[in-house]
Amino acid sequence: MLEQLAQLTVNGLITGTILALTAVGATLVFGIQRIANLAHGEFLTFAAYVALLLNVFCGLNLFVATAGAMLGTAALAVLLHFIVLKPLSNRGLVATCLITVGLGLMLRDVIFLVAGPEVRKFDLDQTIVYDLGLIRISPGQAVAMTITVVVAPLVAYFLARTTLGKSMRAVSDNRDLAAVSGIDVERIGTYVWLLAGALAGIGGVMFAVVQGTFDPNLGFYVLFLVFTTVVLGGIGSAFGALTAGFVLGLVMELSTWSGLFGGLAPKFKPVLAFVALILLLLYRPQGLFGKARVL
Amino acid sequence: MDLFNPGFWTFVAVIAGIYGIMALGLYVQFSLAGLPNFGHVAFMAVAAYAMAILVVRYEVPLALAALGGLAAAVVLAVVMGVPALRLRADYLAIATIAGSEIIRYLVMSLPELTGGAIGSMGLLGPGEIALYNQDWQAFRDAIAGLVTPLLGAAPSHDEVTMALVWALLIGLIALFWRLERSPWGRVLKGIREDDTAVAAVGKNVVHFKMQALIIGAILGGLAGLLLAWQIGVFSPDDYQPTLTFYAYLILILGGVNRIWAIPVGAVLFSLLYTGTRFLNFFPLSLFDPGERAFLRLFLVGLLLVLFMALRPEGAFGDRRQLMLEK
Repeated sequence: MLEQLAQLTVNGLITGTILALTAVGATLVFGIQRIANLAHGEFLTFAAYVALLLNVFCGLNLFVATAGAMLGTAALAVLLHFIVLKPLSNRGLVATCLITVGLGLMLRDVIFLVAGPEVRKFDLDQTIVYDLGLIRISPGQAVAMTITVVVAPLVAYFLARTTLGKSMRAVSDNRDLAAVSGIDVERIGTYVWLLAGALAGIGGVMFAVVQGTFDPNLGFYVLFLVFTTVVLGGIGSAFGALTAGFVLGLVMELSTWSGLFGGLAPKFKPVLAFVALILLLLYRPQGLFGKARVL
Repeated sequence: MDLFNPGFWTFVAVIAGIYGIMALGLYVQFSLAGLPNFGHVAFMAVAAYAMAILVVRYEVPLALAALGGLAAAVVLAVVMGVPALRLRADYLAIATIAGSEIIRYLVMSLPELTGGAIGSMGLLGPGEIALYNQDWQAFRDAIAGLVTPLLGAAPSHDEVTMALVWALLIGLIALFWRLERSPWGRVLKGIREDDTAVAAVGKNVVHFKMQALIIGAILGGLAGLLLAWQIGVFSPDDYQPTLTFYAYLILILGGVNRIWAIPVGAVLFSLLYTGTRFLNFFPLSLFDPGERAFLRLFLVGLLLVLFMALRPEGAFGDRRQLMLEK
């Protein structure tokens, strides 16, 4: 039972990292650009397929492939920003939502057309199991854990200590105040897409690795978990999203622990997340860490 | 091919009418009251499942089961509306997405209740094929029998359904055209433009929003029931999240705030949607039919982006009345 707990904690941390990284991007995009980017899930899918191309067809190491996926997805996000979203930025919240829905449909179906609907997997031997005493992890989980340990603290450091990270949080918090303090809001608006794309790049590859296999619907299915994380952390709050991702990941995995009243059937994990969201909207709509004035 | 087959076009017209009713529900919520509902399909799915379960498991007569289905859609609207309607519009958008996802996950993960991925056929468990449609077919045949002497020839099943669906759509549009111009409709439009001002003159804004959400849910549920009856057996795949965005596209194609343009939007959308299957000339013939389904969804996305970019008020919309700029 203790072993199961340790195992679930590891799984929860991995899921938590994926949610945290992608949600940081999504929430900053929302805070800075006022765009609820419903194409964010397709960024994850795109990243997974870029990594697939590099890993399986070019024979590169999975870590190199992940770096490539980050670059590719960041480039895609900035491209969409300059070609579509920036020229249409005066359209209002709902209209922009619908535009991102359209972009998401286009992206997903282009991936379907180019890569085909068949189920794919990375060049990883899924049969090996590393036994670490209390827990056993697959090579996929090992890759995901490595990325977790390296990237999550880096992102936290970036947001807390660097000028660019601080500027992003400032613009997300209060655009006008940030602008009069001398922050170039336009420039930050471009950088946030770079950051969101790169983080979605990592998130997408990690999702695909943890799942083992994936198809072009990969990102679409997790988009709503990402948005749950965004709301849970308080819309627009980067640290909120980072924490909420880990909370949600751990809660979802640990709810299945058999020591906890026999545990929840695993298939109800996403339902649990959404029930949490509804309760949150009822009692604490500004998110776990948000300030009431956000409303 | 079936390009010149009238039976095929009748089927397209039935689906267009059903989509029209679905879009009318969204019209009441989004165009009238300004509620961005991104989970409209959940109302359709809940109504269809509740109806099918009542008929198959409890042998409830179809008309009663249909009412039960609509009641289930109303319950869902209340559950989503109570937390979200008090908040800013973007929270309702996220809550409706979450609500519709909960429904989809529950449908997929409770096969004992819903038949799981097999859909309505599996409602009685493995080994038995569940049908909910006999009463509907009998009703359709009865109507066909009634009008045969008048027409001189018996109409086909789809022709009867087409007449029923379109009569319903036109009737409902006339009703809501009138309601839009009633004091009730003016309050909703006021809320859409500025809910603080409406609250200041003493209207209960949350109540009015809830009414709009519930009425939209009933219309969505009705569309879901009609779709279930038309296709005979349904699975979770028939109520995919993309349906919600078809409804938005129908509103936008016709004109976001033109209620009489909904049928136009529905027909345009259906032509576009089914029409792409006839795009079998070069260079599109390079895609095989399975790939063309993805191409079709790609075009839906492209149209959504192009319309929002170039004519956000829709084909017949009025830019002055456009609440999308909020």
